[in-house]
Amino acid sequence: MARTLITAPASAKRGDVIELRTLIAHPMETGFRPGADGLLLPRNLVTRFSCRYNGELVFSAELFAAVAANPYLAFTTVATESGSLSFSWEGDHGFAQTETVTLTVT
Amino acid sequence: MRTRAWQGLVLACGVSVAAAQDLPRRSGFEDMSPQTQAMQRDDGQNPAMLWVQDGAALWARAPAAGVSACAGCHGDAREAMRGVAARYPAFDAAQRRPVDLAGRINHCRERRQSQPPWPPEHEDLLALESYLALQSRGLPVAPPDDARLVPWRARGEMLWRERIGQLNLSCAQCHDERAGRRLAGSPIPQGHANGYPLYRLEWQALGSLQRRLRNCVTGVRAAPWPAGSDEWAALSAWLAWRDRGMPIEAPAVRP
Repeated sequence: MARTLITAPASAKRGDVIELRTLIAHPMETGFRPGADGLLLPRNLVTRFSCRYNGELVFSAELFAAVAANPYLAFTTVATESGSLSFSWEGDHGFAQTETVTLTVT
Repeated sequence: MRTRAWQGLVLACGVSVAAAQDLPRRSGFEDMSPQTQAMQRDDGQNPAMLWVQDGAALWARAPAAGVSACAGCHGDAREAMRGVAARYPAFDAAQRRPVDLAGRINHCRERRQSQPPWPPEHEDLLALESYLALQSRGLPVAPPDDARLVPWRARGEMLWRERIGQLNLSCAQCHDERAGRRLAGSPIPQGHANGYPLYRLEWQALGSLQRRLRNCVTGVRAAPWPAGSDEWAALSAWLAWRDRGMPIEAPAVRP
């Protein structure tokens, strides 16, 4: 499991715009760099990120070779109802990780 | 003989130590772009916090059955370890040389936990080191007032001022004399070591002070000293003395 760092409010007022920020430990190897032996290092990227709010997709992004290691993504959504926010990363070599946080809307 | 030579150096270097104190010191943080500064200011953006997270887990976890975890003896690091990182490198009587925080962690791991020490710059070692360094964030660098460290600092300062490598440059020529000017478009910082271990964008990883020093040494095309050698220990001891009183920024972010 890759390490992640998620910054999300624990509670918000209905209708508030909330900022969600995610950071994941990932090498983001481009596939273009030679290793110490001169051979190309195999590509290892996070290719897709998505955020679901109670199952509904609120944000997604496609990532490519130009994104740095340990990609950081920040975005906003509107707090509508209490529930869960799930963050998923998918990548090369079957990389898949999902983290969930709960949000209380008052 | 060796010790006597070093003591002589201390006297010779007394003047320059005083001179360094007068220099208006400026953390490398102030020479960074606003974007990189924002990364360091905000723990949610600082990738070094990923290692800190690991360090916190390692602190609490027993490395093997029947062995106490770090927290078993030291308790909650957030209280017990406050200000500890600020005092390293410190003189270790058993090894008769200064040890840095990583050395101290490994020493504890060997002696108290009966575990094999981590190799230099091992991910777990860096994680634990960054977790402990975080507990001293904002505190001034406070090298111990220990007479046994004095010859080491003097030797470190000598290395700092010694021209090395094919480019024939000393650390001081860039980081004391030309700090604030540019090298190939990049601003030259004063070279303070108050943020280690830090996340360097160039490495895209967390790294130790020794890794950074090694970068500079190979940068002037000199052969770096082997890991764990006296030269690195002396340089680290000198840098801590040079930075005394500056606030600790660990785990910092640098370009």
